[in-house]
Amino acid sequence: MFRYIVRRLLQGVLTFFGATFVVYCLMFAGGGDPIQALAGEKPVTAQQRAALTEQFHLDDNFFARYLYFLKDFFTGNLKSYTGRDVFENVGSALQLTGKIALIAIIFTIVVGVTLGIVAALRRGGIFDTSSLILTLVVIGIPSIVLAPLAQYLFGIQWKIFPVNYTFEKPFVSLILPGLVLGTLSLATAMRLTRASFFDNLRADYVRTATSKGLTRFRVVGVHVLRNSLIPIITFLGVELGNLMGGAIITEGVFNIPGIGGQLYKAIGLDDGPTVITFVSLLVVIYIVANLVVDLLYAVLDPRIRYE
Amino acid sequence: MSDFETETGSELSTATPGAFFANGTPPSQEVTKVRSATADAWHELRRNGVFWVGLVIALVALVMAVWPSLFTPADPNFCLGSRQMQGPSGAAIFGYDFQGCDVWAHAVYGTRNSLLIGTGAALLSGVLAMLVGMVAGFFGGWVDAIISRIIEVALAVPLILAAIVLMKNLPNNDQNLRLFALIGILGVFGWTTAARVVRSSVISAKQQDYVSAARMLGAGNGRIMWRHIMPNVLAPFLVIITIALGSFIAAEATLSFLGVGLQSPSISWGLDISSARVHMREDATPLIVPSVFLALTVLAFIMLGDAIREAFDPKMR
Repeated sequence: MFRYIVRRLLQGVLTFFGATFVVYCLMFAGGGDPIQALAGEKPVTAQQRAALTEQFHLDDNFFARYLYFLKDFFTGNLKSYTGRDVFENVGSALQLTGKIALIAIIFTIVVGVTLGIVAALRRGGIFDTSSLILTLVVIGIPSIVLAPLAQYLFGIQWKIFPVNYTFEKPFVSLILPGLVLGTLSLATAMRLTRASFFDNLRADYVRTATSKGLTRFRVVGVHVLRNSLIPIITFLGVELGNLMGGAIITEGVFNIPGIGGQLYKAIGLDDGPTVITFVSLLVVIYIVANLVVDLLYAVLDPRIRYE
Repeated sequence: MSDFETETGSELSTATPGAFFANGTPPSQEVTKVRSATADAWHELRRNGVFWVGLVIALVALVMAVWPSLFTPADPNFCLGSRQMQGPSGAAIFGYDFQGCDVWAHAVYGTRNSLLIGTGAALLSGVLAMLVGMVAGFFGGWVDAIISRIIEVALAVPLILAAIVLMKNLPNNDQNLRLFALIGILGVFGWTTAARVVRSSVISAKQQDYVSAARMLGAGNGRIMWRHIMPNVLAPFLVIITIALGSFIAAEATLSFLGVGLQSPSISWGLDISSARVHMREDATPLIVPSVFLALTVLAFIMLGDAIREAFDPKMR
């Protein structure tokens, strides 16, 4: 176990450097003159150019600049080219995004897992077949369709939820975006639960438990459930990447100043440094979440013995 | 129901039944013709409603992409400010949007870019995934270790985020460039999941007895990969690529929605949704029509992929 944790941590560090380096390379792949981009249409004097070159280490070589970028990223010292502090609102933005993600994940787990269990227990029945088709439909709906339509139907037509995020009703106005975000992974969670639950129902230990005389409720609720949840947890970690893509759209549509919403705004305003910083931030969150999930996996499933 | 390995396993079990049933009493076998795995899958597929629905939608979308004027007489680029937000009429069944463009015609003509980018990216990522996954799975060892690390790094950068950063830097005026860049970026950053699938199928196929047998008979790496391992990889590969096609279409629409994908005068559902959203309080039709087109197309490919997976996987039945 210990060796596995160390190995996984080292792997995480490698992935972190690899991924941030990729993001950093992407940032420079387009080329262009960052100083001119900063100044917009205005001409830049030689003096200003020299000062800015100095300030942003533009004269150093590629790798040195990558290290500067990392250093600034971790010290929270990243200035956008316009001089605004990129990390100004990061704390509150993270909190907001965290709340939405929490609503989404609770929704996914409660509804998706429950539906999956019911479908697996009554496999081949009408509920199973119809929910399989229904979840397929849900998987097929992209966030840019779901978010505006939900906003239109629940916000404007039926007026059940606030149309946009407001400070006056911080919780109520986050429910709809959270549900939209949760719906995106709901269907996959349901199908995964169903498949894993069904596999476990056929396992030998279930037959043993049943022949011991345990009630059906205890067999399913304790024995099968615990073993079936392992893949769900892994899925939630991987799904976080998709959730973040969805969060950009959802937060943008509902006008929430979370990480995704600010990224959405920054893309619209063509604010390069902010885009890069938030993208890097999301990538880091993603890596850490995957690391935690993998470690959890090892704790939850003692069968997994790593060389 | 015969199982997935029929193609390879059946010769063994029919040729030497005694080897499997050492007690000398082979179970009574029906004397039916053994179907190949592909024929078996097709037999399953034919009876699956989800497959047909997916296929029909995908074919309609394909025809719409190749020949959009078949579905609408209107020119999508002919927009008049005077018709702004006009309701449905005989000339335009879903009315006009804020720019005064025909909503239905715009949606119909948007199919081409969507399918073009989706298919292009799926092909590109498919070729990459097949090559990389095959090499990693087949050769194993340090080759696999390096490739697996690269896949991990690539997986840590979500597709949409990478595409946002790269597309931001492109010039706004060259629409062809943006289109090809979208195909390239989605393909190059979207291959990882498929590569993992290929790699794991290769690894499980590689351990089969018939692969050792082929090697013993003197078959080279190339022949083993092509003749003996490839057929096992093909089904899961096809499934993941079909589903990826759907998600690439969704990704293109998302990027265009964000303003970093295709840009006007290109026609894209993402662009239509994005501009209709602003005026949805007045009329939601311009929002709903491209949304339905997009959702149905993505859905069609996901349904196809799902049906194929079910057909090839006996455990799902």
